[in-house]
Amino acid sequence: MASYYRPTELSHALAALAEQELTVIAGATDYFPAQVGGKSDHDILDLSAIEALIGIKPYGPYWRIGAMTTWRQLMDADLPRCFDGLKAAARQVGGQQIQNTATIAGNLCNASPAADGVPPLLSLDAQVELRDQSGTTLLPLADFIRGNRSTCLAQGQLLTSILVPQSLQQGRSAFLKLGARSYLVISIVMVAGLLMLDEEGRVTQANLSVGACSEVAQRLPALEAELTGQRPTHEVVRPEHFAHLSPLDDHRGTAVYRLDAAATLTRRLLRELSG
Amino acid sequence: MNDGKVALSFFLNGQRRDTRLRPMSRLSETLRDEFGYTGVKVGCDAGDCGACTVLLDGRQVCACLVPTGRIDGAIVVSAEGMMANGYLSRVQHAFLRHGAVQCGACIPGMLAAATDIAAANHHPSRQDVLDGLGGVLCRCTGYENIVAAVLDAGREPSAIEVVPGPAVGASLPRTDALEKLTGAAEFGADGIPADALWLRAVRSPHPAANCTIGDLSPLYQRHPGLIKILTAADVPGSKCYGIYPDLKDQPVFADGQVRYRGEAVLALVGEREALAAISDDEIPITYEALAPVIGLDQAMAEGARQLHADRPGNLLIAAALDKGEGAEALAACRYTASGQWQTSFVEHAYIEPEAGFARRRDDRLEIHVSTQTPYMDRDEVALIMGLAPEQVRIVPTVCGGGFGGKLDQSVQPMLAVAAWLLDRPVACVYARPESMAASTKRHPARVQARFGCDQDGRLLAAELTADFDTGAYASWGPTVAGRVPVHGSGPYQIPHITINAQAILTNAPPSGAFRGFGVPQIALAHEALMDDLAAQAGLDPLEFRLANALRAGDRTATGQLLLASAGLDQCLLALRPHWRQAQAAVRDHNKGEPIMRLGVGLGCMWYGCGNTGMSNPSRVRVALSADGRITLYNGAVDIGQGSYTIMRQICADGLGLPVDVIDQVTGDTDLTPDAGKTSASRQTYVTGKATELAARDLRQQILRLANAEAGAAITLADGRLEVGETQVTLSRLSANADGMVLEAEGTFDPPITALDAHGQGEPYGTYAFAAQMAMVEVDTELGTTKVRRIVAAHDVGKAINPGLVEGQIQGGIAQGLGLALMEEYLPGRTENLHDYLIPTVGDMPEIEVILIEDPDPNGPQGAKGVGEPGLVPTAPAILAAIKSATGVGIYRVPATPDRVRAALLADNPVGDMDYGSTEP
Repeated sequence: MASYYRPTELSHALAALAEQELTVIAGATDYFPAQVGGKSDHDILDLSAIEALIGIKPYGPYWRIGAMTTWRQLMDADLPRCFDGLKAAARQVGGQQIQNTATIAGNLCNASPAADGVPPLLSLDAQVELRDQSGTTLLPLADFIRGNRSTCLAQGQLLTSILVPQSLQQGRSAFLKLGARSYLVISIVMVAGLLMLDEEGRVTQANLSVGACSEVAQRLPALEAELTGQRPTHEVVRPEHFAHLSPLDDHRGTAVYRLDAAATLTRRLLRELSG
Repeated sequence: MNDGKVALSFFLNGQRRDTRLRPMSRLSETLRDEFGYTGVKVGCDAGDCGACTVLLDGRQVCACLVPTGRIDGAIVVSAEGMMANGYLSRVQHAFLRHGAVQCGACIPGMLAAATDIAAANHHPSRQDVLDGLGGVLCRCTGYENIVAAVLDAGREPSAIEVVPGPAVGASLPRTDALEKLTGAAEFGADGIPADALWLRAVRSPHPAANCTIGDLSPLYQRHPGLIKILTAADVPGSKCYGIYPDLKDQPVFADGQVRYRGEAVLALVGEREALAAISDDEIPITYEALAPVIGLDQAMAEGARQLHADRPGNLLIAAALDKGEGAEALAACRYTASGQWQTSFVEHAYIEPEAGFARRRDDRLEIHVSTQTPYMDRDEVALIMGLAPEQVRIVPTVCGGGFGGKLDQSVQPMLAVAAWLLDRPVACVYARPESMAASTKRHPARVQARFGCDQDGRLLAAELTADFDTGAYASWGPTVAGRVPVHGSGPYQIPHITINAQAILTNAPPSGAFRGFGVPQIALAHEALMDDLAAQAGLDPLEFRLANALRAGDRTATGQLLLASAGLDQCLLALRPHWRQAQAAVRDHNKGEPIMRLGVGLGCMWYGCGNTGMSNPSRVRVALSADGRITLYNGAVDIGQGSYTIMRQICADGLGLPVDVIDQVTGDTDLTPDAGKTSASRQTYVTGKATELAARDLRQQILRLANAEAGAAITLADGRLEVGETQVTLSRLSANADGMVLEAEGTFDPPITALDAHGQGEPYGTYAFAAQMAMVEVDTELGTTKVRRIVAAHDVGKAINPGLVEGQIQGGIAQGLGLALMEEYLPGRTENLHDYLIPTVGDMPEIEVILIEDPDPNGPQGAKGVGEPGLVPTAPAILAAIKSATGVGIYRVPATPDRVRAALLADNPVGDMDYGSTEP
């Protein structure tokens, strides 16, 4: 008989995880769809009762997003404008039922190439906090997700929070998602961006990301470098800024289309951020 | 206690519960199986459809994604818990007022989402409502009335006004609305007896393979709850079934060869838990994969592998029509236009997957199933069981959407074999991926057409060739091939016409019946060509169509003289002001706007109601009981379209009595006469007429009792019958076994003749006509299309229940929009509702429905069908609008963003062209 453990303390969760291999569920919105038509008998660790993992608060030089914070809680939170892009992504995750249930950390740990949370968090220079019984590790999000459905979460480890540097909090941010219908849609392409401007309105830092165009969402370093030091503009966007992406050809769109759309969306994003 | 359960305390539908439950059961399973709240509908188990949406601490969640262990301390509310003190909630009442319910399968989820919206905001904006409902799919309504209901849910409920007078023409609420709004309606999966065994089909993962079944005994040993494994050898009668008497080609279980991915090879029968514990890997089926024959080109190629020994060239059927001089006439045309169009497999995606149960009663079988066609089910089951038809009883459950997909066999044959052999009730409910892989689809089509007109824009000649991918088995393929020649002209008068249609077998799911039977596919061709010809002739597309529209007095391509009720011209005239206004709006907007382009387009259609060139009678019985009630024995299965409501209205007017004295016995092959299939837009017209005849006959009998004259008023109240001034004491009349003192039966079979070798004849008793206008916005940089507005003018003969008619049209438009823009079934790739996309509430345009009533002399009070017509013109109108916006024609649907963008890049840069907007 499979076991089910729903602790209220993080330490208890980590202790249980140290003891045996457990399937960890956060919002469970990716867990159950993977079980359709079959029977699951996983030993489950359910994190939903650990209050300490819920909510968004300042934490040293960071904003700390608790792993079990739902998209809904993020949307309802009073946050600086650097989170506008992440909030826009939250509003486009599934339908409201999913937003009420699914968690931000779950989105990262599921590591889908089309995960809506990843591009905005990449643009926020987010780090993830990994905990096990022996301690805490901080890792840039870009290093945490290794590939399609693959992360470097080790046995015994939990992703406990996501850290966003407060130094970015005055940044303008935005997110654009392209899908083939209005709601409940997996992205064909999405882009997220954050711009830091100096007093003269010149870009001091440009963080731009594209999702669903490679196994893991990617930043656009060449374009970021080109934008830095000048006033925000969409006119510099060129195909070669996307050359490092490797989109799929599938039923949602051809690879050629995805690259083309990524450039269009990036231009629109920059226009929005320059406005 | 190590039963795997945990102690939980929570409030469920207002009641405190302290109980032990399995923590990792989906909340949807727990609510249904532990508490009997079967109003919680399971549509996908993956959070893709939202049918199981409930309120958890006031917020909408998909119950299929919530571990039961999490409801400790929570408040859970499902549709069953929304009434208070015997009153509907404001949200439920608003749904009732606005006619928001059709099949009802999405309604419990919609109510939960709507209640969340209403609680958060008493005056939600339209955008709030769309955002709140965005996670619940509906396949019937087009969402329009649901959105209207939620916007109006803040209002104090008031009594629904019943206007005295004739019932026909009034938008009465559905007879089944209350049970669907309270979660009480029993769909296919909802009434399964507790002692039933369960059945699970094991299906081929290969599109083509030889298969052998190995030794099954180890499987029995490992799983004591596994009671019986059914294979082809267990089928006692015919091993195969099929729609047509001479085309019984689809095996209940594969006969050593599988011909599509998703075909059943065997079935496991046993305790539900035991079946769930068996993994597919354990089942000893060996597949020797064959190179699959995929698509028309492979199947039609010289030397292609033949799927069926008796079908050379993989040709299932070919049908043709020729009238006049064909190619010579085309050559003589001043203007000609041509093109080739391609469509995809389309999935019905009813929110309720296939479900039912069977039980044996001595030497009879009883099957409770979600179906569109009880009598055909009865005959098919009898055939495969080797029983007489009378030994089989089909009891249709509430049907959570069909659209043609529940006209074929699904669970019925397997359940019949299992229940008969084991003499125990056996149930089966398809999971969504199983439903999508196993069930029929809309035929993909390749349509080539050339139409021509004279100098003045008068259509002279047309040639159309349509090849349909009919999948692995015959199913309704012949019907599609049969309908296409008749409708290939479009709703226009064309003296010279040649049409060829054929259905080709491939290793794909069987293409079956789907709202329109091939007509939506060919409408893409004839409508695009109307626009091309109009442009060449320098005429406005609407005026061009108007000049060529079939009218009463014209002959169709089959030579049929239309005597009356051909209202396309009236539809177009009704559209004209909208069209002019839209053209102007498009011109204004597009000036200097190269990216977000507006476009407007037209689509017209006609549709023959009933079977093509074949008898398709309906029989209906109406009776008066000794205690003064009328009973209507109505076999026209209501699959959401409203046949249980409108037959009562027709019956009431036929009798001259109010609807509330009429009880109904519905769709049960033991109790109701055969009213045929709910298909082909035939129930209103055919069964409606039979109902009218039966009711009038009963009225005559009643009048004779009192020697009253024809116009005498009849009243029936408190068990007393009065005819004019005369009181009739019903208890003095002799009653039959059912307590009925008078009975009448009505039969109607549309007046038709069979088609001859040239496709000539009178294949339908009547035709519906429609014209729709779509306005779209195309993002030319991304290739995305947003439909902004649709105006739909439909000649329905007579709207028996205008609210229901509008609901049919709105729902048809939603499916037409899906066909045009997003729906494509790819076996193995889009077998779920997140890869296979159907329109959500946010994808729907503003819709205006205009009802034209050009009465049919045979229809009940002049009515014709409307089930399919709503869908047919939508996709052509949308494609025309995309062309109007961009100048680029789209020849393949769905017009997904990547396809539209590719077409734009390949073809024609967007300029300030004025396509399709020439003033006459």
